[in-house]
Amino acid sequence: MTDQRSQAEIVRQSLKRRYRKERRFRMYGMLAIFIALASLAILFADIISKGHTGFVKTTITLDVALDSEMMYLEDPTDEDQLSMADFVAPIIAALQEHVPEAESAAEKRELGRLIGTYGANQIRDLLKSSPDLLNTTQTMEFLAHDRVSVYVKHADNPSYTIKLSEQQQRWVDELLEKGVIDTSFNDVLFSRGDSREPSNAGILGAIVGSLLTMLVTLAIAFPVGIAAAVYLEEFAPQNRITDFIEVNINNLAAVPSIIFGLLGLAVFIGLFGMPRSVPVVGGLVLALMTLPTIIISSRAAIKSVPPSIREAAEGVGASKMQVVLHHVIPLAMPGMLTGSIIGMAQALGETAPLLLIGMVAFIVDVPGGFLDSATVLPVQIYLWASSSEQGFVELASAGIMVLLTFMITMNALAIWLRKRLERRW
Amino acid sequence: MNTVNPTVTSEADMPEEMIAPVQEEKPAETIIEEGTTVGRPFSADPKFKLRNVEVFYGEDRAIKNISLDIGRNEVIAFIGPSGCGKSTFLRCLNRMNDSIDICRVKGQLTIDDYDIYDSKRDVVELRARVGMVFQKPNPFPKSIYDNVAYGPRIHGLANRKSDLDEIVENSLRKAGLWDEVKDRLDAIATGMSGGQQQRLCIARAIAVSPEVILMDEPCSALDPIATAKVEELIAEMSKSYTIVIVTHSMQQAARVSNRTAYFHLGHLVEVNETNKVFTSPEHELTESYITGRFG
Repeated sequence: MTDQRSQAEIVRQSLKRRYRKERRFRMYGMLAIFIALASLAILFADIISKGHTGFVKTTITLDVALDSEMMYLEDPTDEDQLSMADFVAPIIAALQEHVPEAESAAEKRELGRLIGTYGANQIRDLLKSSPDLLNTTQTMEFLAHDRVSVYVKHADNPSYTIKLSEQQQRWVDELLEKGVIDTSFNDVLFSRGDSREPSNAGILGAIVGSLLTMLVTLAIAFPVGIAAAVYLEEFAPQNRITDFIEVNINNLAAVPSIIFGLLGLAVFIGLFGMPRSVPVVGGLVLALMTLPTIIISSRAAIKSVPPSIREAAEGVGASKMQVVLHHVIPLAMPGMLTGSIIGMAQALGETAPLLLIGMVAFIVDVPGGFLDSATVLPVQIYLWASSSEQGFVELASAGIMVLLTFMITMNALAIWLRKRLERRW
Repeated sequence: MNTVNPTVTSEADMPEEMIAPVQEEKPAETIIEEGTTVGRPFSADPKFKLRNVEVFYGEDRAIKNISLDIGRNEVIAFIGPSGCGKSTFLRCLNRMNDSIDICRVKGQLTIDDYDIYDSKRDVVELRARVGMVFQKPNPFPKSIYDNVAYGPRIHGLANRKSDLDEIVENSLRKAGLWDEVKDRLDAIATGMSGGQQQRLCIARAIAVSPEVILMDEPCSALDPIATAKVEELIAEMSKSYTIVIVTHSMQQAARVSNRTAYFHLGHLVEVNETNKVFTSPEHELTESYITGRFG
């Protein structure tokens, strides 16, 4: 009896120790999750706090008198006159109405610098497209100069340097009060390509470039990856060659992505003479990079199809081909799709290989096809983040937010598809 | 082991001197003579003629020189301890071992003078004649209707929808499942109970109107009531099909089969009328097994 009791005592004490251990173990887990969540929260907070102003543009709305004498322009249909004409003068005149104190030539020049570089082009384009508007007064909305924009958005932020003179700052304050300078949603960001001037730069070119590149990647990597996986898993004989291929595919998945860029440069551009900077080449390179991921995840999905289903189909006389097409592929599809979408998301965020094939070029136009020069979202972010202009800092963060939105959408799609297609057996 | 069947004696009923082994048990290999089978392995009207069958897994010889006839419309049960090769042998009959790369089959195996392992013949044709029901119910994750219709569809047995409907109904009726599922043919098959799933698998097998049905421990995953239903079904089906059933339950073998074959370590030790095997086995290994001394 005493022996038994002491044994129970020992067990009870060891139990306490075990519970303590378990609690500690759980705490480590919770701590790890907390660290992960906290760093994620910090990342998002940082990006959003820096980037949200990227979605705001600063505009100056003016009633511009398109006076032909002031512009030295008599016939807007004449190209020579158009190229010689002074389109800044009417803008300055319009600004002067709001800021009468600017009278000297120097002050006027200062005043003119509140408008973005492309303001003059805006008037020229307007007159070129509708010459009848000469000698009328038009209400026009100009993008403010980047310096004005920084002043309006970040006057209180010490990490920005205000590059306006005291006088200009006073004018801007005045114009703000009058409602001439205003801020609104930055539609420029989503409707234009890149620009040298932050207030005029948009991400649409990069979005379209990314979409075109991803289309090429998907069109190549998905069918090739699934065909390879099905063949290796279902039809290939088990021998050294198959083993060798398998090892190599697994190794390829771990190859640094920049190597694929070098390969693309050497083979697609060097050997096949394909053009640089185009989505086709980018898509091909990213397809090569994504293939191992798709093959590995598809093989895992095929392996997870229970053998009993294959046996059932074989048992009623289905041929190998029918077993694969009717049963294995449909049952493995959720896993294969998930793998492919995750591979695509990886490709969407890839920069290094694209730098090597020239998709890092400064491209203003929104690409219209697979063979137009283009850049992609992560490269655009890289370009903006390495620019010296202050306005690009917030644009880079805004670009990251756009990219993250795409990624989250793709991952959500993967989860939804898996839930949707998953079948129980 | 209980005594559902009077022919099977449990240890508790036996006199004491029989339980305690009187003589030292000899290793089984010394008792079995390779290639010889006691009892009545051959049949006057054979469906399958199997001669000198050997199966290798790589270097391992899993089936050792077995010769056996399986009669027309006969129910034959394969019994034996785990790993004795009865499932392997069963799977030779419709070449289900083909998908295992390292598996090789030697010997003459014919069904109605059709060489099963003739390399010129398509295995699909064979499997349409020799259907199979597996240990674990394995319906496709599709509707009940599609499960039964799958075989006829891939073999092109029905050209019109109405023909297919008829085949599905007949098969489900034969499997005793029609009344239970006729109102929910579109329901997903994996949602049924285990017993229903297994009967659906039987319906799926008979939908391609095979001549032979192979059953690999069809009741091992089922409860007694579902088992009873499947056994009833086997008795019913034996009128029109040749049935080969592998089972671990000796009572089941006793209940459903005409002949019983006892396998041991890849040898076919004894084949005889079922009641003879269970009442007066000729071979000492068979006797040890059915009295529960090993296995």
